[in-house]
Amino acid sequence: VTTRFKLALLSTALLTVSTGTVHAQSAETAPDTMAARVLACASCHGDKGQGTNDDYFPRLAGKPSGYLYNQLVAFRDGRRKYPPMNYLLEFLPDPYLKAMADYFASEQPPFPPPVTPTVSNDILARGEMLATKGDASHEIPACANCHGPSFTGMEPAIPGLLGLRTNYISAQLGAWRYGTRTASVPDCMQIVCRASDRGRRQGACRLAFVAPDGRKPRARGARLIADAAVVRQRTELRGEQ
Amino acid sequence: MTTPHIPKCIYTLAAGSLALFMTCAPQASAQSQSATADKASIVARGEYLAQAGDCVACHTAPEGKLFAGGRAMPTPFGTLYTSNVTPDGDTGIGKWSADQFYSMIHTGRSPDGGLLYPAMPFGSYTKITRADSDAIFAFMQSVAPVKQPNRPHDLKFPYNNRSLIIGWRTLFFTEGEYRPDTTKSDEWNRGAYLVQGLGHCAMCHSAINALGGSSESAAFEGGLIPMQNWYAPSLTSNKEGGLGDWSIEDISELLRTGISKRGAVYGPMADVTYNSLQYMTETDTRAMAVYLKSLAEHSVPDAPRGTTSAQEGSLLLRLGQGIYADKCASCHGDKGLGKPPHYPPLAGNPSIEMSSAVNPIRMVLNGGYPPGTAGNPMPHGMPPFAQSLSDDEVAAVVTYIRVSWGNHGVAVSASEANALRAAPLQ
Repeated sequence: VTTRFKLALLSTALLTVSTGTVHAQSAETAPDTMAARVLACASCHGDKGQGTNDDYFPRLAGKPSGYLYNQLVAFRDGRRKYPPMNYLLEFLPDPYLKAMADYFASEQPPFPPPVTPTVSNDILARGEMLATKGDASHEIPACANCHGPSFTGMEPAIPGLLGLRTNYISAQLGAWRYGTRTASVPDCMQIVCRASDRGRRQGACRLAFVAPDGRKPRARGARLIADAAVVRQRTELRGEQ
Repeated sequence: MTTPHIPKCIYTLAAGSLALFMTCAPQASAQSQSATADKASIVARGEYLAQAGDCVACHTAPEGKLFAGGRAMPTPFGTLYTSNVTPDGDTGIGKWSADQFYSMIHTGRSPDGGLLYPAMPFGSYTKITRADSDAIFAFMQSVAPVKQPNRPHDLKFPYNNRSLIIGWRTLFFTEGEYRPDTTKSDEWNRGAYLVQGLGHCAMCHSAINALGGSSESAAFEGGLIPMQNWYAPSLTSNKEGGLGDWSIEDISELLRTGISKRGAVYGPMADVTYNSLQYMTETDTRAMAVYLKSLAEHSVPDAPRGTTSAQEGSLLLRLGQGIYADKCASCHGDKGLGKPPHYPPLAGNPSIEMSSAVNPIRMVLNGGYPPGTAGNPMPHGMPPFAQSLSDDEVAAVVTYIRVSWGNHGVAVSASEANALRAAPLQ
């Protein structure tokens, strides 16, 4: 700090002498790293994308880069709506968004400790079944079909669900269902959520049952999700039919 | 006696335009080239000028086709939807002539005689030369035609009555091409032409009154941008965004790359740099800098006035100092010197000190990235603090940076911070 201060004083003196202006300038420059560049993300998503205590700010770390890139583009162009994100990304070009996606995809901070479920064992069992096996009678595909057997996502563009919180998952399922969150083709999640909502859309639903060829699950930090949010959401959907 | 042949550029010069360096040279050299090459060079020049005019920012919708319009423009009077300016014959401007295009930007009237709403900056574009208008028109006719009908405007009564524009024009519109000031350099005049005309800077940097107009006498004196709630600083006062004590190089860098040793652009100005100014040549942004710097020289700033009491101010200051040390100092430094150009200095930064605290409050609440440009493709971003700081804390830290290190700003209140939480972000 002392050195920095001296440098600052020195630069002040130099400027005063050379130009006669009174403003000081720092001799320090910002670190030329991605970590420094994405500090704007850190206050909500954590410095390594591990997430923060806020339920609604998702973990980014370790999700496939293609997924993260698609989200960044969707936020920038206004397809995915969350004003603070839309605002931050509005004037950033594609290659930079790709670099940001690569950065968070490559980070592997530890997962948060498992959440103790606050729902009954019946609901938990139903959730586990939906997440791992689905419910064909309601045309609900298993989450694991696309998000991977250990819910760590699939390359190149299906996100991991591990480490996301109940409220966040619930909010996203609701947003897909009501069309406030959409993706460019194929918009699998909207098809899944709407199909399951009404108990039909057979043809469309098949899309989500079968993972596209050549996409390998990422084997990382296998831990069963058993997320109460999935259960609650599905329970609500069925209750409205 | 026969009439001697007079090159077209002489007429243009007589009309008081920037013919010398904008029209003659390309036309003279074009005579020896094929018509195709001539047309290509005019289209290329038109593309450059259309970028200087930032046509794309309004005439392209998010995820929409280039120049097909349909972008919503919220105004205090209702929502306008921009028009399709692709060369489609039915829904765009494919059937227009160069005369009609010039008449539109010069007089604010469309070919059918209808009056344009002044969201289209014809008050500035009227200064564009005929030669530049023709080049822009040639470029617009060269883009891919898109069949997309214009969406009707959604204006509240009585603003949906277009004849009201006649009154507006009487008060606020002066028709006429840019006239060079012969007492100034060519560079200064080029800068003035770009700033006053194509750049349409006065649209934001002059106060907009209740009628949606800005008076020429108040040009570039700064103002709150309606609907966006960003403050476009005065370009004529050194105590606002005034650039009188900036170097020409720093101003030019700021315009073209979005960052500089003295500050960075965010919000609506990031839009301008991203969509328009980053494509300008260094010669042109330098000319703009020369003109902008001249606007602010010899200005005598007003003393800022605050709304908080001295006691409240000193409480805010103590609280703010702690927050600054905790959240801000790691990038902006103990003395507010920043780490330029990526972490802007806060000490001696006119946009921190100016009377309106809107911009610093917004930056603390929402953070921001300068635009990603050719000169700064991967900008460093400022984190948002809306989710982690209370209104009191935001007011405190903004107060601290406005009065520390020799800054001459005044304290801000928690209610001012609170009011901006609801401000639209786009």
